[in-house]
Amino acid sequence: MLRIVTLLSIFALALFAAGDATFEGKRDLNISAIIMFFIFIAGTLGITKWAASKTKSASDFYTAGGGISGFQNGMAIAGDYMSAASFLGISGMIYLSGFDGLVYAIGFLVGWPVILFLMAEKLRNLGKFTFTDIAAYRLSQKEIRILAAFGSLSVVTLYLIAQMVGAGKLIQILFGMDYEYAVILVGIMMIVYVTFGGMLATTWVQIIKAVLLLSGVTFMGVMVLATYNFSFGELATQAVAMHEKGQAIMAPGAFISDPISAISLGMALMLGTAGLPHILMRFFTVGNAKEARKSVVYATGFIGYFYLIIAVIGLGAIVFLNSPEGATYFENGKLIGGGNMAAIHLSHIVGGDIFLGFISAVAFATILAVVSGLTLAGASSISHDIYAIVIKKGLASETDEIKVSKRSVIVIGIVGVILGIAFENQNIAFMVGLAFAIAASANFPILFLSIYWSKLTTRGTFIGGFIGLITAVILVILSPTVWVDILHNAEAIFPYKHPALFSVTAAFIGIWFFSITDKSQRAKEEIQAYEAQNVRAETGIGADGAVDH
Amino acid sequence: MNDELVKKIKSNPKYQELVSKRNSFSLKLSIFILAMFYGFVLVIAFNKEVLATRIGDGVMTVAYPIGAAIIVISFITTLIYVKRANGEFEELTDSIKDDVKDLL
Repeated sequence: MLRIVTLLSIFALALFAAGDATFEGKRDLNISAIIMFFIFIAGTLGITKWAASKTKSASDFYTAGGGISGFQNGMAIAGDYMSAASFLGISGMIYLSGFDGLVYAIGFLVGWPVILFLMAEKLRNLGKFTFTDIAAYRLSQKEIRILAAFGSLSVVTLYLIAQMVGAGKLIQILFGMDYEYAVILVGIMMIVYVTFGGMLATTWVQIIKAVLLLSGVTFMGVMVLATYNFSFGELATQAVAMHEKGQAIMAPGAFISDPISAISLGMALMLGTAGLPHILMRFFTVGNAKEARKSVVYATGFIGYFYLIIAVIGLGAIVFLNSPEGATYFENGKLIGGGNMAAIHLSHIVGGDIFLGFISAVAFATILAVVSGLTLAGASSISHDIYAIVIKKGLASETDEIKVSKRSVIVIGIVGVILGIAFENQNIAFMVGLAFAIAASANFPILFLSIYWSKLTTRGTFIGGFIGLITAVILVILSPTVWVDILHNAEAIFPYKHPALFSVTAAFIGIWFFSITDKSQRAKEEIQAYEAQNVRAETGIGADGAVDH
Repeated sequence: MNDELVKKIKSNPKYQELVSKRNSFSLKLSIFILAMFYGFVLVIAFNKEVLATRIGDGVMTVAYPIGAAIIVISFITTLIYVKRANGEFEELTDSIKDDVKDLL
């Protein structure tokens, strides 16, 4: 079976090489990129084969048997987080408007320390396969699993569409391949990695990609800085001289305009991270709380380093692309592929064709790795939360559960490809915004309160969680991004682009109110059960794989 | 986990020490990070000109060093937390586990 899929993907690759002939202009066939690309695919398929031989139980499939070390997991988390949106998006933002890009990067990063202090070890001590395990620990299984599966699957689907569209566009520009083939190729590869190799393969693909990406950006950063005797000040001076906005690129600009939007965006970035199912799932792949903590330190270190280098690369792109030799990357006065391609063009200037090929292959690998993680998180939610616990009431055999999970991967992969093609020309920014808003407003409050608040009840969680989810969706639809930009209405009903401040508050109030007014017998039992849950959360006694003696 | 075990752990002074020390430590660090980040966001929202202040005669402003410092400080706080959590707190946890090992 693995061989058939390998053949299929080689066939798809051949197709896209052939597809180049029909592609209009943009970029010549990038031979070195395609070679790098083949090397990467061959390598990762090898890993998948190895991982497949090691993946036997449900625990192997969902969480790599809990055998990932803190360092490896930190690398994988960093890999999940350094998505194409971070790499290409933030460097592009700095290229276009300077410091504002760095504000985004900081917002993405500061969530990590807070996750470490308040959540990481408790997640490890209470969870097993999905983050829902924690919320459902003492609450009624059925309602909580359904609610959380709703939250997980909406976040996963929206994020997946955004990544698929991004992947299609990127590959179209990098390799000159047709958009549809590009999306199908990503879908096939992702299904292969996840169905055969499960979490182990997904983690290793993520680690390899993180190493390649970090080495690539380091090389670029060093090349840029070396031109200016390793003086950031000199680089900045040149960038200000070259950029049309001049000195304005050195300080926050129009991008964050009013206090409410600023706070709301900050909340979405920070709390959204703590509610992304594919990120939360990573905490179950390590053996104990100690390794869970270590993984966050490594992850924060790698991500922080990455963003610092991205700041250099963004300014480097301003200088190099506006110089005479940068003129070849413009067509009719516009940067080929838009601002998001700034880092890719810069890689060609500093490292030539081979390095461009390397960075292109890494950018592709990045997307592939992130969609694999997302798909696995979505599939676990279907097979573990819905199938094994809600439908089979916990009596499903492990073999059946894995079977359902693998089928779910295939279904999610196909759905991702279809939606990716359908949404080709849509604005994808709102999907990412919506994914983060739902993660922050539905998943995060449920998770946080189930860990910390003893008086939480099933009724409160169920009603409040849906209030958060629905508020987030409605406010995004009524916001300028959808109501004006996509639906072409004159004025937005909800004036802010980021709903998190309102929807997170709504979720917390909803959960609080419907919990304290819940006087049922079940509520009493749930409140009583908090004590035991809390002891386990604090000490790890009774947690899976946590006893290390 | 049965009631007897829960009771025994909860009444262990080491457990109470662990919980109160760790919770106050993680709360303090969280408040520090949140204050730093939202302080930064509020300056951008209300008085962004402050960040445009130049350092010396060149183009360099205070915005970049402050931005970089937030990233570096965030990382350092994770190091500080993990050093204590994986040392002192982990030792306490192990000795609690040791105390109840007959019941496990």
